[in-house]
Amino acid sequence: MKKLLAILLMVVMVFSLAACGDNADSDKGESLKVGFIFLHDEQSTYDKNFIDAAKAACKEMNVEYVQKTQIPESQKCYDAAVELIESDGCDIIFADSFGHESFLIQAAKEYPDVQFCHATGTQAHTAGVKNFHNAFASIYEGRYLAGVAAGLKLNEMIDDGKITAEQAKMGYVGAFTFAEVMSGYTSFYLGAKSVCPSVTMDVKFTGSWYDEQKEKEAAQALISGGCVLISQHADSMGAPTACETAGVPNVSYNGSTVAACPNTFIVSSRIDWTPYFKYMIKCVQDGTEIAADWTGTIETGSVVLTDVNEKAAAEGTAEKIADVKAKLLDGSIKVFDTANFTVGGNAVTSYMADVDTDAEFAKDTEAIEDGIFYESKHRSAPYFDMEIDGITLLDRNYG
Amino acid sequence: MNKTFFHVVKRDDMPLWKAWLIRGATIIIAILLVGIISTVVTGKGFGETYEKMFLGVFGRLFEGKTTMLWKYLQDIAILLSLALALTPAFKMKFWNCGAEGQALMGGLASIICMIELGDKLSYPLLIATIAVTSMLAGALWGVIPAIFKAVFNTNETLFTLMMNYIATQIIAYYVYIKGGGSNVINPVAAGNFPAVGNNKYFVNIVIVAAITVAMFIYLKYSKQGYEISVVGESHNTARYIGIDVKKVIIRTMIISGALCGITGMLLVAGTDHSININSVGGQGFTAILMSWLGQFNPFIMVIMTAIVVFLRLGVAKVADSAQLNSSFSEIMVGIVILMLVGCEFFIHYSIKFNKHKKEVAE
Repeated sequence: MKKLLAILLMVVMVFSLAACGDNADSDKGESLKVGFIFLHDEQSTYDKNFIDAAKAACKEMNVEYVQKTQIPESQKCYDAAVELIESDGCDIIFADSFGHESFLIQAAKEYPDVQFCHATGTQAHTAGVKNFHNAFASIYEGRYLAGVAAGLKLNEMIDDGKITAEQAKMGYVGAFTFAEVMSGYTSFYLGAKSVCPSVTMDVKFTGSWYDEQKEKEAAQALISGGCVLISQHADSMGAPTACETAGVPNVSYNGSTVAACPNTFIVSSRIDWTPYFKYMIKCVQDGTEIAADWTGTIETGSVVLTDVNEKAAAEGTAEKIADVKAKLLDGSIKVFDTANFTVGGNAVTSYMADVDTDAEFAKDTEAIEDGIFYESKHRSAPYFDMEIDGITLLDRNYG
Repeated sequence: MNKTFFHVVKRDDMPLWKAWLIRGATIIIAILLVGIISTVVTGKGFGETYEKMFLGVFGRLFEGKTTMLWKYLQDIAILLSLALALTPAFKMKFWNCGAEGQALMGGLASIICMIELGDKLSYPLLIATIAVTSMLAGALWGVIPAIFKAVFNTNETLFTLMMNYIATQIIAYYVYIKGGGSNVINPVAAGNFPAVGNNKYFVNIVIVAAITVAMFIYLKYSKQGYEISVVGESHNTARYIGIDVKKVIIRTMIISGALCGITGMLLVAGTDHSININSVGGQGFTAILMSWLGQFNPFIMVIMTAIVVFLRLGVAKVADSAQLNSSFSEIMVGIVILMLVGCEFFIHYSIKFNKHKKEVAE
């Protein structure tokens, strides 16, 4: 009995010591604080891209930040936002996944003094919630550039006699059959086609943003179906590692996979979120309004390519990318120029895109002007969802 | 001759106050251990670890902000309501591992009413419909394994577990139909529980508090509660004194399932206003432990759930602020639950070390 009492007393003592320690370091200034909500964690290339940018931007702007990882697209997102505001006193909340949007809007309505920023969402320009904002980037330009690198690789294979021009078929592992993915693979394909006219492409969908096994299997199925180069829009290492194992060149996304795939990684496009994070922090510091719908571009530094892996890429890839990038910047190349693609064998002159969010997915906005499909003009998130000739969808997955 | 180093003996002689002293000490040591591990892993001060833990659970309560406190009570209420739902079944030694699925089905009934009948019924009628249908849906999901158990003596553990997967897939399919490609059902405005003042969790908490008291009375003072304990002790004894065992099994599982269905309603109509496959989020399994650790006593379960939810929220905050992976808090809660289970073992059994020098007679 005495022993028990002694232990209890010891415990109480430690607690009271701990309690004393608490008060010493509680004079934090009233500086700006940012709360980040991430769908997965660093294991996912998609989220890692955001996490790295958050760290870089907050360090550069000298503000504090708190991050919450593994927040699903549900009420948990609302709960996370409330916790970041109530417990941590965050002044800006950022969430990184498409499905977080409606839950973030719900929190935004309850906390009008806090700014809410959301990547890839579509509702800010119509929701009428003043402190809720969307952001995305013209990543299709980055995909186009990555496609150029892929096309050059195909040309090299044709020149080396490894494949014929007709066998130049690429494979693409997508997550869902949504505009975001469709816009991405179409621009990738058009980039490749701009240097390798005979290219075709097969697309498979996994039905998940992050499923390593499914992505791996999809890549393997595409390879055994005759695809000689693979790219992907899904967030695990599944497709890149399948390519490395099979010795098939891979154009990656969200960041370099060269460490894991030294022999097959060509180049990767990604959105660098640092410029946007700095922008939103700056706005709150200055007391100016954050744009309801912000689009990052090559010019803002939001759309970037990693270094080309000389070991896997065709000769002259880096130079060609720089050349095309300059033309994208001066406007002499437009990614979705209707002169460069057909749908069902016919040229496209008019297309109504679903830009404004509604339950019926109504096609509400004419996106083609002067023969160009203007992606990211009417809102930052992609809305290009045509199925153009040359690309075969092996399956579909709407989630 | 006994050659093992020790053997385990059941003991019934421990006085109640001593058992509770051990439990209390275990809880304090567990919280201390979590603090020490967190401090070592995060590299921050010991005091700061507890400060963050407090912040994660209660928020800035001292500045008069009560939102997080209410959220804490809400989280306790949800876990507790599942533990309460499981308790009559467990007391009957019917291993209902299907709280997850039964709650999901209740939630599904709620969301279907909210979406399909939201603009057709008046508000009180809508809420009543939601309540009745979610209880029916949960009860249905619970009674199917019970009927098979009563009639064919199938294994209820596996059966209820499998029913969870079916429920999850039904929800996934429903979200697919109603989510319109985005995989998310946007919050529905109709059929939400009313907020009391500014507090949207108040109704949930009151309902669970009422169920807690009702369950205590039901188990301890009602005839049905007595029948449940007899069936739990021995089917033969029950039969001998004229209890219809099949009837008790089926009736109890209807109650257990219906209560899970109510949790589903609290989650969907009372909290999320939406549904997805993770709406219950594995709490149906944590609730099994809560029911056990609470020794089937609703009021002890309140304490146990309060501790577990405290740690879950608190350690998550510690992990977040140190930018650790969110799995960290799950590991810590796992350690604490293991310690609590371990402490129950030492309360109910004692270990006798065998003396090897001396020959011990069998």
